[in-house]
Amino acid sequence: MKKIILSILCCLFAATIISHAQLINGAGSSFDYPAFTKWFEAYGQVDSTVHFNYQSIGSGAGQQQLLKQTVNFGASDAPMSDANLAKAPGKILHIPVVAGGVAITYNLPDNPKLKLDSDTIANLYLGNITKWNDPKIAALNPSVNLPDLPVIPVHRSDGSGTSFIFTDYLSSVNPAWADTVGKGTSVKWPAGIGLGAKGSEGVSGQVRQLPGAVGYVELAYADKNKMPFADVKNASGNFISPAPDSVSAALATATIPDDFRFSMVNAPGDKAYPIAGASWVLVYQQQNDSKRGKKLVDFLKWAVTEGQKLSPALDYAPLPDNVQSRELDLIGTIKY
Amino acid sequence: MNESASNQPTASAKKFAAGHFGDSVFKWITLFMALSVFVLIALIGWKLAGGSGIALRQFGWHFLVSSDWDPVNEEFGALPFIFGTVVSSAIALVIAVPLSIATAVYLTELAPLWIRQPLTIFIELLAAVPSVILGLWGIFVMIPWLSAYLFPFLQKTLGFLPLFQGPIYGPSILAGGIIIAIMIVPIITSVSREILRSVPGLQREAAYALGATRWEVTRIAVLSYAKKGLFGAVILGLGRALGETMAVTMVIGNSPQITKSLFAPGYTLASVVANEFSEATNDTYLSALFEIGLVLLGVTVLVNIFAQLLLKTFAGPGVKPQQ
Repeated sequence: MKKIILSILCCLFAATIISHAQLINGAGSSFDYPAFTKWFEAYGQVDSTVHFNYQSIGSGAGQQQLLKQTVNFGASDAPMSDANLAKAPGKILHIPVVAGGVAITYNLPDNPKLKLDSDTIANLYLGNITKWNDPKIAALNPSVNLPDLPVIPVHRSDGSGTSFIFTDYLSSVNPAWADTVGKGTSVKWPAGIGLGAKGSEGVSGQVRQLPGAVGYVELAYADKNKMPFADVKNASGNFISPAPDSVSAALATATIPDDFRFSMVNAPGDKAYPIAGASWVLVYQQQNDSKRGKKLVDFLKWAVTEGQKLSPALDYAPLPDNVQSRELDLIGTIKY
Repeated sequence: MNESASNQPTASAKKFAAGHFGDSVFKWITLFMALSVFVLIALIGWKLAGGSGIALRQFGWHFLVSSDWDPVNEEFGALPFIFGTVVSSAIALVIAVPLSIATAVYLTELAPLWIRQPLTIFIELLAAVPSVILGLWGIFVMIPWLSAYLFPFLQKTLGFLPLFQGPIYGPSILAGGIIIAIMIVPIITSVSREILRSVPGLQREAAYALGATRWEVTRIAVLSYAKKGLFGAVILGLGRALGETMAVTMVIGNSPQITKSLFAPGYTLASVVANEFSEATNDTYLSALFEIGLVLLGVTVLVNIFAQLLLKTFAGPGVKPQQ
């Protein structure tokens, strides 16, 4: 009995000590969850008085929580729509913190390295190309022995930032896709074509099981699970492999407006990987709590500069220098 | 006389002294607990109806008959999901009910005594497997096996039926139905076993006395007597089948379409909510998902009402289900 009371007292004591540290809550995208985890741990060495808590519940839920002001910052793979921004009680800033690529993975005998372009990918998912030995694919891959297998396109059935980047890319390069399907975290995939799977693990599971399947997953996921992925033709006509530097190249040449709500698919650079996107931290410009606001601003400044050095190890692309300095200016406008 | 009259305690004091106050407190507490369940269900329905307000106003009845699920253009229709839920639950019942009732009959009538308890424990262990684990097993073990052996076999033998035509991917409505069947077998078996055990021994003895064989005794004396209860067990299983989410969403292929082929992927009401809820960024989308939840609640309630009405037509004695 005495031991129980003693241990409860110790826990309470520890809780009071921890509660002296500033707690900052965030919620949102699962795409940048690995980055946040690494950053919170590394930032603990820089400033041990601040504690972070991040819930990876999805971009949509993250935006909702920020609008309801139950979290201090949100994280989203798609910029907030004008309608949602208008509903917010204050001005919300978009601060891109990571950029990642979406790899096209497939299951073919002998695991060949495929080259694909935008029209081919769109037609695979629209159902216009039904077999792997179709002349359009063979034309891009003359040295590969393509089998006579039916194509099974696998998409994400849950709403996801990866789907957003993928459909954003297809909408911007293929008018038929833009008309019939459009872009979003959840879209109406062409009926009867292929399968939906839950999460990146679902997509990779289906692709691994079904010969002839093709799917899209985050680059980090494809790398860690040693999945084959295709080289995609970019706007300059080069076939580029998805990797942190090709995604950085895309970010460097993308057009970034002042409010930082941009899309970086099909970027013009020579070495740019075309299917890439950023993930944003969403914060209110006017912070209510001045101590917490200062800690949050300090963390964000660290994340877009020092934190970027940790990104390549997690298969994210670090922000290029010109983007970093513009973001520091933007973070400087946060008032607390 | 007067002395003894004034020494008698009054009626209410007697009641108080004898402890009836505690009884009425107990009665009120348990009534409160019972009512709170009802209140909880009412609150859930209220919240669902409130949240689906926007979608109800915008789509009306069109929501239940349209097949268009388009978050980008904000057009929502629930028909493919209702179809998927109903069909996968029906398949699950077709597979699970004969299996469960046969197992229950074996456990109560035919099994040697030493095997009954261990077998029961195994069946209840199946109920303890978490839904997600079963889903993972479904993706990595069951589906490859089905698409390599069972589905081609069905297509070869029953391929003349439109149900078994069409390309075989693996994830399909049939796979969803099979995995729901695996999940509801333990429930139906347990409840059926209890029902069959409570059939009075007199019934069996009477049948034997009339010269019935083992099977006839089981059929006439036990199963007929327990019809109502067994039906209740099946409805319990159906209730679980309609709401099953995680295992189903991993094996059903998540494609909102209505097709004749059982090998085609499908989508259920519970799966679409689980998949898309966290990323629903605008109000109409969120409201449409709430309305899907309302439809699921409505389907469950309707099925239960229908079952209760059917139960009433089964005249006669019989064992009531211990629900």
